[in-house]
Amino acid sequence: MNADKRPHELIEVKNLVKSFGETTVLKNISETVKTGEKVVIVGPSGSGKSTFLRCLNLMETPTSGEILFEGNDITKAHSREVNLLRRKMGMVFQHFNLFPHLTIKKNITLAPVKLKIMTKEEADKKADELLEIVGLSDKAQQYPGQLSGGQKQRIAIARALAMNPDVMLFDEPTSALDPEMVGEVLQLMKKLAEDGMTMIVVTHEMGFAKEVASRVMFMADGQILEQAPPQQFFASPENPRLKEFLSKVL
Amino acid sequence: MTSFLSNSISEKFRQNFIEDDRWRYLTDGLKTTLVITFFAIIIGMIIGFIIAVIRSTHDRTGKLKILNFIAKIYLTVIRGTPVVVQLLITYFVIFASVSISKTFVAVLAFGLNSGAYVAEIVRSGIMSIDKGQLEAGSSLGLNYPRTMIYIIIPQAFKNVLPALANECIVLLKETSVAGYIAIEDLTKGGDIIRSITYDAFMPLIAVAVIYLVMVMILSWLVSKLERRLAKNERR
Repeated sequence: MNADKRPHELIEVKNLVKSFGETTVLKNISETVKTGEKVVIVGPSGSGKSTFLRCLNLMETPTSGEILFEGNDITKAHSREVNLLRRKMGMVFQHFNLFPHLTIKKNITLAPVKLKIMTKEEADKKADELLEIVGLSDKAQQYPGQLSGGQKQRIAIARALAMNPDVMLFDEPTSALDPEMVGEVLQLMKKLAEDGMTMIVVTHEMGFAKEVASRVMFMADGQILEQAPPQQFFASPENPRLKEFLSKVL
Repeated sequence: MTSFLSNSISEKFRQNFIEDDRWRYLTDGLKTTLVITFFAIIIGMIIGFIIAVIRSTHDRTGKLKILNFIAKIYLTVIRGTPVVVQLLITYFVIFASVSISKTFVAVLAFGLNSGAYVAEIVRSGIMSIDKGQLEAGSSLGLNYPRTMIYIIIPQAFKNVLPALANECIVLLKETSVAGYIAIEDLTKGGDIIRSITYDAFMPLIAVAVIYLVMVMILSWLVSKLERRLAKNERR
């Protein structure tokens, strides 16, 4: 997507801590994601992986630590700047969160038009292109309620892409789907990965991790316990917690 | 006997409504009632939506503490006192020393009153929208006001439409106490006829029927609007 294809630090997380009341969900995480990387985060539920992802675009406010996005510390940014930077970070949610009162096309064009990034005509054109990419051109004038789960999630991805983001964050994008619909969404994500999009994906789909990830991260108890390229990650895990986890899910 | 009865009914009808153009008490009264109701609804909706946004923003984010506090006082006072008392205070206390249109006073009093109820209805609507909608909006870079205007409120409005319609119906009927500050609304109009003709039955039943018909029309319009809005969410 970027003209500048050289890998550089896109997101740098330094000593990130997140607590909800008494419970500390993220315990001092430091991590870097480079442009073009596809990072897949796996781990048992309650391990903090979704919270970690949601901290990256400040859906959750970190308790302490720094998050540098394209060199700027976003934890100290004002809400105006935060909104500007969220445009560059597309997010896809477990429950799609499409806007049920708008047509599919309006779901995609709402933000670019209202934020005056595109004119209505430009946004419509972009939406048509994106609908073509996600294979749902015929649904443009329908409402989210008329779509299947898999179709909804593909639209949610198109909606995020309409902002031309530099990175896409996926928060368990297939967990709420019926099994037969998981494939179409993963297929689309794979296509996106092949096109060079930087992606951070929280998922339970180990097959996707193996196939698409440039790096797989294992989180448990609010820490990153191990990370490696998928080959090594699945073939020779070192951490006992990861071994146990993999023995359960594979 | 039957002819005597029908004669007496038509005679009473003539006496109550035709003689001296007494029907005009009802039509003029209806006009006043509709004017008060219409503008009171507008004021009520504006106040209601603003307060609902303030209160739900406070509930969700903890911001707007002072405004929320003021809103809470307003809600407590309005909902804790009868509308007649509010009307009387508005007229005889607040605007005591100013000469001002009574209808304007009524519009203001009923509008302020309705606003409190609309506020709680709309707030419940806003709070009923899934948090994910707000997150989806902000993940796209939309700020809080934009997310509210384009995403949350349209959905909330649709959810609370029946309750809002009900509030309009209640308000229409509540304006019947406007006679307390000597406004000649529909109810007062009927009552004036009664005091002239000494017949209670005809004018009061006529007033009741007119209210009933207006409420039925209103209900019909709302169900039409509801169906139109519901089209968007066929599942």
